[in-house]
Amino acid sequence: MKTSHMVGKRVSLTLDSTLDSVNSAEESATRFASGAGFDEDEIARISMAVREATVNAVLHGNAYDPAKKVGLVLERTRDSMVITITDQGQGLDPGKIPDPLAPENLLKQSGRGIFLIRAFMDEVQIRMLHPGTEIKLIKHVPGVAGDSKEASQ
Amino acid sequence: MTMKANTRQVDGVTIVDLSGRITLGEGSVILRDTVRDLVGKGSKKILLNLGEVNYIDSSGIGELVSAFTSVRNQGGELKLLNLTKKVHDLLQITKLYTVFDVKDDETAAIKSFK
Repeated sequence: MKTSHMVGKRVSLTLDSTLDSVNSAEESATRFASGAGFDEDEIARISMAVREATVNAVLHGNAYDPAKKVGLVLERTRDSMVITITDQGQGLDPGKIPDPLAPENLLKQSGRGIFLIRAFMDEVQIRMLHPGTEIKLIKHVPGVAGDSKEASQ
Repeated sequence: MTMKANTRQVDGVTIVDLSGRITLGEGSVILRDTVRDLVGKGSKKILLNLGEVNYIDSSGIGELVSAFTSVRNQGGELKLLNLTKKVHDLLQITKLYTVFDVKDDETAAIKSFK
């Protein structure tokens, strides 16, 4: 099940904790970023960051629990695209995320999602919700003189 | 685009031609099963041709790493061929580019196996 609401430059979706939701979130981000005027490379980076964040929410946060939902909000502020993804899981402590570039982690199979999100976005904010996690991804629109605090909480 | 994996043999090297997206779910599973099957059959020289792989996520990167270590643990070698720019950039960002033996010419890649 997917429910969505679009108001002006804001799209809000409630997604089930499934792999299909990951693809839906990625596709929504691609469409929204395209409409916001980003170039092809930036759209690909934004879409991948949203994909990785949604995978974390579905897999590590909600653990595919059908009773738990993933929230996705896409917003266009004056100078940025802001994406907020929430889950209802145990909560991700941003201080306990291992560095995937550390020699002891380099050949691990997992643990690169948050790293890639940070590499692809201009700002990343992770907040524990008790229960759940909120991750806010911000990409500034090129050429717009900015006040990035507009997007921050 | 659905992920596909076709296997062929050239001069004792098993070349796996991959196409599509290597992402969490079907793409990663196909890669994992293909390499597991080859290792099970005793293949020790495996070349993954990623020339038609236009997208890979962190799960797909993890599967490449897992494939690399599982083949190495069996005394074999796994190399990568024909990276697209997107995959190349991802391996650079994650510092895996120097971990893998990456080739851009199939004939030279085949000869490079011991």
